[in-house]
This record gives sequence, structure tokens and C-alpha cells, in this order.
Amino acid sequence: MSDALTTKFIEVQNVEQTFKTQKGPFTALQNVNLTIAKGEFVALIGHSGCGKSTLLNLIAGLTTPTQGVLLCANREIAGPGPERAVVFQNHSLLPWLTCFENVYLGVERVFGTRNPGAPAETKAQLKERTDAALALVGLSHAAQKRPGEISGGMKQRVGIARALAMEPKVLLMDEPFGALDALTRAKLQDELLEIVARTHSTVVMVTHDVDEAVLLSDKIVMMTNGPAATIGEVLHVDLPRPRNRVALADNPAYLGYRKAVIDFLYTRQAHVEKAA
Amino acid sequence: MVSAVFHTPLEGAPAPQPAATPRHKNSNSIAVSASQKSAEGQKHMKYKNTLRWDWRELALTVVPPLLGLGLLVGLWALVSISTGASIPGPVETWGQAVQVFSDPFYRNGPNDQGVGWNVLMSLQRVAVGFGLAALVGIPAGFAIGRFTFLGRMFNPLISLLRPVSPLAWLPIGLLVFKGANPAAIWTIFICSIWPMVINTAVGVQRVPQDYMNVARVLNLSEWKILTKILFPAVLPYMLTGVRLAVGTAWLVIVAAEMLTGGVGIGFWLWDEWNNLNVMNIIIAIVVIGVVGLVLEFALVKLASAFTFDEVKS
Repeated sequence: MSDALTTKFIEVQNVEQTFKTQKGPFTALQNVNLTIAKGEFVALIGHSGCGKSTLLNLIAGLTTPTQGVLLCANREIAGPGPERAVVFQNHSLLPWLTCFENVYLGVERVFGTRNPGAPAETKAQLKERTDAALALVGLSHAAQKRPGEISGGMKQRVGIARALAMEPKVLLMDEPFGALDALTRAKLQDELLEIVARTHSTVVMVTHDVDEAVLLSDKIVMMTNGPAATIGEVLHVDLPRPRNRVALADNPAYLGYRKAVIDFLYTRQAHVEKAA
Repeated sequence: MVSAVFHTPLEGAPAPQPAATPRHKNSNSIAVSASQKSAEGQKHMKYKNTLRWDWRELALTVVPPLLGLGLLVGLWALVSISTGASIPGPVETWGQAVQVFSDPFYRNGPNDQGVGWNVLMSLQRVAVGFGLAALVGIPAGFAIGRFTFLGRMFNPLISLLRPVSPLAWLPIGLLVFKGANPAAIWTIFICSIWPMVINTAVGVQRVPQDYMNVARVLNLSEWKILTKILFPAVLPYMLTGVRLAVGTAWLVIVAAEMLTGGVGIGFWLWDEWNNLNVMNIIIAIVVIGVVGLVLEFALVKLASAFTFDEVKS
């Protein structure tokens, strides 16, 4: 793989997103430019309504931009696909399938059919992949349970397992821990750090949690308030990995990054309530 | 549009069992806190209260329906007396009912058969007509809900044809099928297809966008989307459609059979009117009601067995 591809794995070029509403067109995003390197962990942060989820959906291919181009590995993103797996905010597990079946659904789709360069895998291999993904998030014991029978944190872990099991090029996470309590969230963040370190995944995560952004990311993309939101500032987080939340708690560099994000969000982009 | 809400016919009456549970719990906690005298006294009071409450609850569950039934029978008796027994009273009708039900499956020729045969024949017509409607209506509902183009194509047609009384289709059925029985089935087919098409289509349209996004991200095939996402998500809506369809079909079959003749509960009712046997008419009304209630109850049970509570969570 060439260097250019490694540093410009995902490219967002001059993207604008306009929605048709009853009051006329609404510009959610404007003039968004962003490059993400392979293996990079990027957090999108901003006040609610600033279009961070819109940007994530664009990268996922769930929506198409009204203007501009999005590229992944030098190819235009034309639609959603398993190479850009999404972990949804509300986990979006299918309630009538067991955790195993939920993960298997994606695995079967990606590895169960013949792809260029790789033959279709056997049922046993697919099952093995599914089990491995559930083991990765520590949920082997809950494989045969339905989503309704497990806690919110476990559901979100199944969602992560489903995404990871497809071996995506990019892992897209839309406020994955937003609905969880603080302790569960911290635990899952630590697990995610470990998993990403092991799998070298490229991750784009939408969050509104400053600590989460600084702890996990290599790069924090701070967005201005909507409408017509854009990228206000990009902060490179240069903290060594593996990161430990306890050790970082009084690390001056960490606190500096944290201060920079808070400063952006609450001093320069503080007028959010007026808009809402 | 038709909403997919399940109403059990017996929903209004709370089952006595839940009321009994707290009493049981209380009696357990008494044993634990037996050493604390004052606490025990209080608990004992509570225990007594819950016991009495329990009886009241039971009475409240059983007495009102009985009162309602009593009111109906009372009114009936009153009407019977005031019309000089041209409408038979409850007591004589009861006697006649015992006689009718003592031999429900006799056959004295095509126009004189037991009430059991009549009910079974009606149910058979409903089953065939309804089954055909389900075969056509449910897939049609899926297609109309899934593809906007088809939805726009067929929605005006459905809106136009749905308000037409199913009996208006009976002559067309007689003309095309040249027989009373297929015409009756045709009428049932027409009346039960709309609720199934509409409810299935609405169900498909209301599948949470999140699930469809999952399907898109996983790039599932249309077949997988249908079997793993659409079908389970739509099932509760579909079963509501089925329930409404069966209810309507049971309403319509009586009317259709009055017009077409043959063997069936509706025909039996009309035949007894021609014989001026009013007691049998009243019995037929009760039988139709009971069968309808049983159908409704069975389908509600079926629907709730396939509804996932955590769909929204």
C-alpha cells in the first residue's frame, strides 16, 4: 500500500449536505474537508445539531452529499457497505435474533459469499468468526440470548462485535456509548482501546463527551454549530498508547487537550441554546 | 390508517392472579420480621387488608360481567313479555337451545341439518376465502409497503375499492363462478383482503429506519432483508390485519349466506325466519357471537405471542 493511501485513507472533499424540509432547504453541512489516515482514531465532536452524525452517515454511505465527494481507499463512496461498518447509537440489534445470530448475519454476508480473491467460507468457519467476535467483546456466555435479555452495555458490545466481525476497513461509531451510564461507558471505552490496538482499525467516532474524545482519539475534529456547520478546528492528540485513564487524569498534556476542546465548545461555539 | 394495537376481549377484566401475588409476598415478610412485635402488628393489618382487597378485586372481576349479562337477559324478558311473547322469552329459548344442542350434527336432507354442520360450513367458507385472501393480500402488502412505486400505484385503487360493501361483489361472484358457494367464498375473499394488505403495508413502512440501515450497512440481499428483518418486524402488524380480516369475514359470511342459501349459520338463521322459529334465530345470534368471540380471542393470543416487546428499546 502506498504512503498516499495510508495517509489519505478517507478523504472528504468540499462536502455540502442540504436536506429538503417543509420550510425549504436546510443546509446541515457546508464546505467540509477532512482526511483520515489508515489506522487513525478520529473523534467528531460538537454540540447537538452540528451535523456530526450527518457527516458520519455520509462516510457510511447511508446518505449521499448534495455537493462534494467522499473517497475511501481512493474509491468514491457510492453507498453503504460492510467495509465501512457502523455501530449505531441505539445498538440496532434485531430483537428476534440471538446475539450470535445478529453477529452471524453480517459475517455470513461478508465471508459466506464468494468475493474476488477469496472463496466462500464454510459454515464452521463463519461460526468460528462469529464466536471470535463475541469473545473479543467478552460476550461468549450471552451468545444464545436475545437482545431483550441483556443489559444496554452488553447490547452495545454486541453491536461492536457485529461491526468488527465483518473485518471492516473503517469502523464508524455514532455516539456508541451515549446511552450508557458513566461506569459502563468507561469500561467499554477501555475495551474499545484494547480492541483497536489489537486490530489496528481505522475508527471514526461521533461523540459529545470531551473526555471520551481525548482519551480515545488521535485526532479530534471539532465542528462549528449548525446550520451550515463545518469543521472549526482539528486537534491532534499526541498522547502515547496504550493510554490509561487513571494515569492520564493528571497528565498536563491530557489536561491541555481537554482544555482546548472545552474552550472550543463552550467559549467559541457557545451559542447553541439560541439555535435550539 | 389501521393501527396495530391489540385488544384482548377480556382485557378490561384484570385477572385475579396478579392481585394474589402481593398477598403471598406479604405473608413471607411476616415470617421474617416476626421478632419485631410492632412491625408485625402493622404487617398483620396490611395482610388482612390485602386479603380483603383480594376478595373485592375478585368480586369486581366477576360481578360486573354477570350484571351485564343479567341486564341483557332481563331486558330480553321484558321485551318478550311486552310483545305478548311474539318474541320468545329466555326460559323457553333456553329449553329450545338445549334441544338444538343435544343433536348438533344431524342431517335430514340439504335444507335441514344440525347447527353444528351449519357453523362448520360457515367456518369452512370463511377459512377458504380468508386463506386465499391471505395468500394474495400479505405478499401484496409487503410489495406495496416495500416499493414506493407500487404503493403509489395501488393505494388509490385500495382507497377506491375498500369502502365498497363486500356484498356488492356477490353478484359479480355469482356471475363469474356460477355457484352460490364459490360466490360466498369470493365475497369473504374481497372483504378480508383489505385489512391484510393495508396492515402489512403499514407494518413494512413502519419498520424502524435503524433496522433498514443495518440491512444497508451489512448489504443484505433482498431475501435476507425479507426473512430476517421485514417479516419479523411486520408480523405483529400482519397479525392485526389477520384479526381484523377474520372479524370482518365472520360478519360478512352471515349476510352472504342469507343471500346465497345452502348450508351455513347465516342461511340457517334466514331459514328459521322463514319458518317463523324466532327461538332458533335468537340461538343463531348467540352462536354467531360466541364463535366470533372465540376467533377473536384465539387470534389476539396468537398475535401477542409473536410481538417482541423490546422492539422499541
